[in-house]
Amino acid sequence: MIDRVSNQKAWLMVLPVILLVAFNAIIPLMTVVNYSVQETFGNNVFFWEGMKWFEEVLRSERFHASLGRQILFSFTILIIEVPLGILVALNMPRRGIGVSICLVLMALPLLIPWNVVGAMWNIFALPDIGLLGRAINGMGIEYNFTQNPVSAWLTVVAMDVWHWTSLVALLSYAGLCAIPDPYYQAAKIDGAGRWQIFRHIELPKLKRVLTIAILLRFMDSFMIYTEPFVLTGGGPGNTTTFLSIDLVKIALGQFDLGPAAAMSLIYFLIVLLLCWVFYTLMMRSESNTS
Amino acid sequence: MAEITLKAIRHSYQANPIAPSDFAIRSVDITWRDGGAYALLGPSGCGKTTLLNIISGLLRPTEGAVLFNGVDVTAQDPVARDIAQIFQFPVIYDTMSVYRNLAFPLVNRGVSGEEVDRRVKEVAGMLDLSEMLNQRAVGLTADNKQKISLGRGLVRSDVNVIMFDEPLTVIDPHLKWKLRSELKRLHQRVGFTMIYVTHDQTEALTFADEVVVMHEGDVVQVGTPRDLFDRPEHTFVGHFIGSPGMNLMPCQIVDGKPIVGHSEIPVDRFFADHDKGNGLEFGIRPECIHLDPAGFPVSVMRIDDVGRYRIIRAEFEGQPLQILVKEEELIPSENLRIRFDRSSIQIYKDGWIVDRGVAK
Repeated sequence: MIDRVSNQKAWLMVLPVILLVAFNAIIPLMTVVNYSVQETFGNNVFFWEGMKWFEEVLRSERFHASLGRQILFSFTILIIEVPLGILVALNMPRRGIGVSICLVLMALPLLIPWNVVGAMWNIFALPDIGLLGRAINGMGIEYNFTQNPVSAWLTVVAMDVWHWTSLVALLSYAGLCAIPDPYYQAAKIDGAGRWQIFRHIELPKLKRVLTIAILLRFMDSFMIYTEPFVLTGGGPGNTTTFLSIDLVKIALGQFDLGPAAAMSLIYFLIVLLLCWVFYTLMMRSESNTS
Repeated sequence: MAEITLKAIRHSYQANPIAPSDFAIRSVDITWRDGGAYALLGPSGCGKTTLLNIISGLLRPTEGAVLFNGVDVTAQDPVARDIAQIFQFPVIYDTMSVYRNLAFPLVNRGVSGEEVDRRVKEVAGMLDLSEMLNQRAVGLTADNKQKISLGRGLVRSDVNVIMFDEPLTVIDPHLKWKLRSELKRLHQRVGFTMIYVTHDQTEALTFADEVVVMHEGDVVQVGTPRDLFDRPEHTFVGHFIGSPGMNLMPCQIVDGKPIVGHSEIPVDRFFADHDKGNGLEFGIRPECIHLDPAGFPVSVMRIDDVGRYRIIRAEFEGQPLQILVKEEELIPSENLRIRFDRSSIQIYKDGWIVDRGVAK
């Protein structure tokens, strides 16, 4: 037997990563923690406030309202984007020139910067000069996203679906392409119909990529800021003020650093918690469905 | 169950095939007897899987017809043909229990509940899956999963043929033997026609009553394992079957006798002259060469020990020659002389045996 020699030098190898994480995550996060427990005045004067800001935020109706809108928004877009993405992926060609054309077309929306998407949709949907806005009004349906909350919501949701369904579709497409032919051949021989092939072969094989797609889309949509900010600025009224928009209003508009910091941390924990719940649920259903 | 006939099958994966090399299947005419156990043997890329998919209906051949019991089924899909196919790796439905996996093909065909239950339990019994019926199929080991794939074929009492496409590829070596003998036993019990695709000669020879050897899109020989060994009809069969394969040396025929280099080899039959030796080859299995002090001299290059046998790698008339001798046999250290077993000598012209179809 050879005695194991302990060698602590390996820690030096990890050091760069620790430093990097410290500078880009831990230290900024700690400054937020610092703000969240104190009242901040000019000239770096601080007063200890303890949990006051957290209690205030958690009790605030304004926070509840934007959290509610945020959850409603995220679930709405997930319910639309995931099935739509799968449907698109199922209908994408598997070979030939069509594959490249489809992939490029699908990838295009993903390459457009968020604020450009917001600006595009803003102009596109303007009731007086926008193509979409005029067309809808021309059909006799009253539509004005700058004044009518329903119109504003529909526009924000449509914009997100337009921007991000491609991501779900591309991930699903990759997942579908990874299913070996014999699965389809066996299903054919077993006499399975189209729905059964989807239900018993494609969907189970897509589970992992869909988990990733749903997590990504959930996190992204839960933190959405730029697009609705450019499109509606959170209005009309507060009807499209989601958590990030509200947070920026508090932090930079009103310069209430304490409540904004507390809200940031609560926001962060909610995202973390929901992602964990999603992930656990999906992984569990993978290991014991019958 | 059915007798399956392939008539002048040609298949190409290209749109406008012209050259012979454009065809994955060049020309295949073959009849599979009802209830036979066949192996379809050949190296990777020789067209085995293509031929299998043509029989099952997953592929439609470019030319030719597929007949089941004399009825043309070329245009029918796999469901209409009532076949079962087991693939290289186990195909199971992850979402279902073992029971529902086995029941799936029956349920899809509208079989009544009691009948499904009876058949699933019967097949599970045959395959030793009874204990696992309520488990999820996804958690099982590869060999049990492959048994489920097989079971989905067996539950249907009306299958015409069960086809295996290298079904043991992902199975651990120690389980391969077990599964293979179970397959053989199953074949005797259920009597379905079975076609087993493999590139492994041991698998083919142990499973099948008759072996179909494929080479570059052609069927080069159909025969019992014995036929393939004793009388390979094509040089490819000669060197593909057997370990090591058949020795092949260029030769000439003079007065009905083969001449390799300067040596006239004694044979037990008369070979007709074939264009004075262009493309002629002399074939002899390493097992059929014996040490004989009165025979032809060979120079020994190397001797390999392969357990119960030794392989002498020698040169005869400037041509490499492999000789298989038993472990206990003494090999003289110099001046090694050999004799060829007269009845085991075969002569090939352009790859094909010269007295093809003549006396066996």
